[in-house]
Amino acid sequence: MLHGHQTWVFSNKPTILSAAAVGGPFEAKGPLAEDFDILHGDLWLGQDSYEKAEKKMLEEACETAIKKAGLQKQDLQFFLSGDLMNQIISSSFAARTLAIPYLGLYGACSSSMESLALGSLIIDSQSANYVLCGTSSHNAAAEKQYRYPTEYGSQKPPTAQWTVTGAGVAVLGSEGEGPQVTSATIGKVVDMGVTDPFNMGSAMAPAAVDTITAHFRDLRVSPGDYDLIATGDLGRVGHKIAGDLLKKHGLEIPDNIFTDCGLLIYCEDQPVVMAGGSGCGCSATVAYGHILNRMKKGELKKVLIVATGALLSPLSYQQKESIPGIAHAVSIEYDH
Amino acid sequence: MSNKKKKKLTPVQQQYHSFSKAREPQRPVLLNVIRAFLAGGTICLLGQFIQDFFLWNFNFTEKTAGDPTAAVLILLSVILTASGVYDHIAQWAGAGTAVPVTGFANSIASAAIEHRSEGFVLGVGASMFQLAGSVIVFGVFAAFVVALIKTALTLLGGS
Repeated sequence: MLHGHQTWVFSNKPTILSAAAVGGPFEAKGPLAEDFDILHGDLWLGQDSYEKAEKKMLEEACETAIKKAGLQKQDLQFFLSGDLMNQIISSSFAARTLAIPYLGLYGACSSSMESLALGSLIIDSQSANYVLCGTSSHNAAAEKQYRYPTEYGSQKPPTAQWTVTGAGVAVLGSEGEGPQVTSATIGKVVDMGVTDPFNMGSAMAPAAVDTITAHFRDLRVSPGDYDLIATGDLGRVGHKIAGDLLKKHGLEIPDNIFTDCGLLIYCEDQPVVMAGGSGCGCSATVAYGHILNRMKKGELKKVLIVATGALLSPLSYQQKESIPGIAHAVSIEYDH
Repeated sequence: MSNKKKKKLTPVQQQYHSFSKAREPQRPVLLNVIRAFLAGGTICLLGQFIQDFFLWNFNFTEKTAGDPTAAVLILLSVILTASGVYDHIAQWAGAGTAVPVTGFANSIASAAIEHRSEGFVLGVGASMFQLAGSVIVFGVFAAFVVALIKTALTLLGGS
């Protein structure tokens, strides 16, 4: 049901029956390694290309999540997924393997919450009993497509971010035990004229701020109602900007509840990640792994995940276009 | 961002630009320059040793020793690229490893490795020069223009 301008409130409370997170070698060295279901030491996953490795990760995440929910593939009505590859091949090819009716999405790194929001809408409207929502990203595959070859020696600036190798998937159901999706705010595209693809955090921060303020305005709630508000992949730079922008707009979120998935996923002693993690897999694995686990332990009751995406393409960058940002917020509650 | 680019932005975008700039870590330019100087200098010093090696041990002149020296440096660069070390050195060294011949070799080798998954023709062959291509095109064109100028000057009676 629409609340305010751009927020859906799910009165039937779609439930996250199970979730799975799959990660790569860098994520395995990070502080959240324990929260992953499967971790791979090899960036190739035994495949002959990085693109195939990404597809494989997404398939593994889907299979694990379905198994954890105690379901069979044929029980699921729809599969909603997106990724960063051209023509979203990772999602579509994983959907080919799964053979579940499929809707491909693209919201860059915001795809994780875009698929969860849409999946919840499908469940809430009783158009399905079970929906599978997922996203994936692969560091080397994304670097190859968006930037330079992985072995090319170019110096990255301190604002650059590191694409997460990972896939995160959630199984949504109309009834059952688990964290419930209570509302979702769909963001609009915000472009503040940032053109540097090595500074995604500052390109996406205004979109995150726009969606967060819209969420609080539409639902007439305040940051204090949440135990955790996590943006998707703003990294160190974007997180600081978003926090200060929110303050400027009169919406102060305390530091202990405002965080960013791109900051959580890596340690300080992994200098190669520069300003933090990014990519679809960043918000998906942190939300479906780490944050849901904390909810299950009872540490968090109500969280808001604001997945941020940079809607650029390698072509638009070469043609000197600026980088439009987007953010979708989904609120998850677990009271048990 | 240059002022010319900034003019195209709306006032709100300009305001955001200064707002975000104040919160972004700057590139450590001075440190990068020093590192580039040290790394680039070391590569050139290594090149000098290799050249001297060819001069002393084989029948090369100072002019002809240049080619095998470059070949050895290129080979070293390709080996380091293929073993996944070069990009880590480059993150530290910046322009120091990009400017000498080793950087050029790295740009070609890394693209060739990257696109191996698309096969030899559509991948390696077609994408090998994706980064080095413009260097070759403008390098050849610049050489052509300089040669034209030189020829014209010679014809006009210069020596």
